[in-house]
Order: sequence, then structure tokens, then C-alpha cells
Amino acid sequence: MAKSIAQEFTKGLWEEIPPFRLVLGLCPVLAVTKTVENGIGMGLATTFVLVCSNILVSSLRKIIPGKVRIACFIIIIATFVTVVELVMQAFTYPLFLKLGIFIPLIVVNCIVLGRSEAFAFKNGIVRSLADGLGIGIGFTLALASLGAVRELFGNGTLTIWETPIQIFGPSFQPFTFMVEAPGAFVCLGLMLCLMNLVGSK
Amino acid sequence: MREMIKMVVVLVILSSFSGGLLAAVRNSTKDKIELQQLTFVKGPAIKSILDGASNDPIVDRFNIEYEGGTASFYVGVFDGQPDRVAFESAGKGFGGDLGLMVGVDIKADKIIGVGVTTHSETPGIGSKAKTDPSFTRQFEGMDLIDSFQVKTDGGQVDAISGATITSRGVAFGVTQAGALYKALKPQIEAKLKEFK
Repeated sequence: MAKSIAQEFTKGLWEEIPPFRLVLGLCPVLAVTKTVENGIGMGLATTFVLVCSNILVSSLRKIIPGKVRIACFIIIIATFVTVVELVMQAFTYPLFLKLGIFIPLIVVNCIVLGRSEAFAFKNGIVRSLADGLGIGIGFTLALASLGAVRELFGNGTLTIWETPIQIFGPSFQPFTFMVEAPGAFVCLGLMLCLMNLVGSK
Repeated sequence: MREMIKMVVVLVILSSFSGGLLAAVRNSTKDKIELQQLTFVKGPAIKSILDGASNDPIVDRFNIEYEGGTASFYVGVFDGQPDRVAFESAGKGFGGDLGLMVGVDIKADKIIGVGVTTHSETPGIGSKAKTDPSFTRQFEGMDLIDSFQVKTDGGQVDAISGATITSRGVAFGVTQAGALYKALKPQIEAKLKEFK
């Protein structure tokens, strides 16, 4: 049942889209999706870490001893996360401020470790790259869509590149529940429900 | 035994490689990060507090070391007199730490302005501490008393509606700033004399 490389990539976009299908990595999903921009930023940072760690784990999989593989994965992942953190501080500082602690927390994101353990450690470099990219983009899409829904109803705006765009006009009364923590759970649940409805046809 | 040596060797090599990479990235981004922090975080707050200064407060800054840390002071020159400084303080908000910039008039010992620099408060509620100046403006012109509190706690300033915890955090930060200022005032005055 070997999948083609294209399939390894596309499975991350729908079939195994991380927060909805695998229901993994919910901490950043719930915490940073207050605006679309935060969601996309977080998604891209995670994608970078995912792709880099997948490639490295996959290329070192014959060297890494099985007994200490988790420790090796964590070293690799933590290194890339710190690189992302420093680069974001240097170039996209306002976004870094908003994402705050959730950037360093990518280290313990189950998606990243999960892909290293379940996929990259057993597959070749190209496949691991496709897998990391697919899962990462899927994660980004999920965060962006959740962020869009929450921001649109919770604040009446869509923020892209630091500029909030008013969608409903000034007379809109924001449904602030959506941008708070419980709103994140409710919104995630409704989106899961919607995906299952579409998928079950 | 062989396996154990292999494990140790692999982990050591991986960690040292990781350390080297991080040191390189850190070195090459260090200056840029400092610059970013000054422009994005502290810059706007300093500029609004020391609005109308004839110098650039970000360039004319000095550090004072004290027990427990180092504080940066940004000097504002008004009418040829460097008698206003802005410096950082911090409080605890609803979503985490609240970074504050507090400006003080050295001659009158009065607050000239308070601005929020970093925060992780709820957008549209606690974030008003930064976006809606009517809250922080309440501190302007106040004497540096020992404790600032919101009115619900029997204090001096009106809390932002729906964001009492954030408002308390700001008030606490201003209290801390007052204490720091009083403790370091002799050093600040000495540094300002050199400045002239």
C-alpha cells in the first residue's frame, strides 16, 4: 500500500489535516487563532519546523540509535524552533509579539514529534519532505480558517499584514465570545462537525 | 557496550551541531532583534510619552545598574532642559506580562505619561489598555504616590470596563515604576547632569 509522493503531500490537506482529522496540536490551534494573521504566522512557523525536522530525521534515521530516538528528535526539533524564533524576532517582530510563548511551544507540539516518529523515521527523504510540507500546509490552512471565522464574528475584521480590514462596517456589534477561549472550542467543534458532514457523503 | 557508546556519540554530535547552529543564527540576528525591539515595542510608547522633545530619546539613553537588574532611561529634552525620562516597568495582566513605559518629570516628580508596550490581553477588551489612550491618560500629571490602584480597589484610576485585571496590572506596573524611580533618583540626576 505504498502511496505516491503526491499522495503523501495531499493527505495532509484533507484526509489527515492535523487539527481536524488527527486532532493533534490543539494548544496553538485554540490559543493563537484570534486573528487570521496569527493563524497563518503560527502555521508557517510550524511548517518550517516540520519540514526541516522531517528531512533531518529521515536522513539521519540509519544513524540514530532506536533507544534514544526521541531525545534526538527533540534536539533536532528544538534547534529549528529556536531558529524560527530568532528569525521571527529579527524580521517579523510584531507577529512574534502576538504569538509569544506559542512559538517556543512548537517544540512540544505533538504534530511535529508525531511526524518524526511515525513517518520520517521510517521513510526516505523525499517522502518525508512531502509529508512534512503537506501536514504543515494543512495545519496552516486549518489555523487560518479557524482564525478567519473567529476574528470575523468576534471582532468584525480580518487582519492581513498588520491591517485589520472592516468587513461588517462600524455598526457591527462584535460577538466577543468567539475570540475568547470557549469560543475557540465551540468554533473548532463546529468546524469538525462540518468536515464530518461533508466527508460522510 | 558498543550500542551505548554509539548512543552517547550520536547525542553528543547532534547537540554540539545544534549548539553551533544556534550560536551562528543568534549572532547574525542579534543586532536586528535589538533594533526591532526599540522600534516596535518601546519606540512608539517612548515617542508618545516624550512627545515634543527636541532630541531623539531613543538615541539619548543611558543605563543604570541596580540590585536586581539594569534599567534603561530614555531622556527627553524640553526647552533645552533634559528633565524628563521614560523607563520601563511591568505588571501582570490577564493573559500574561504587561510591559509598560512610564515617563516622569524629574523636577516636579510627576508622571507625564504611561504607555503599554507588550501585552497578551484579550483583543478588544484588555488590549484597550494599549489601543485606547483614555485609560493610561488618567495617570498623567499624578504625583508619584506609593501605590496606584483602580477605583474598585479604592484607588485613583477608573478601570477599563470588562478588563479590571488588566487595569490592575497597569496600576501595579506604575506603582513599581514609582518605587524604582524613587530608589534610583540620585543616579538618574547624576546621569542627567553628565548629559548636559
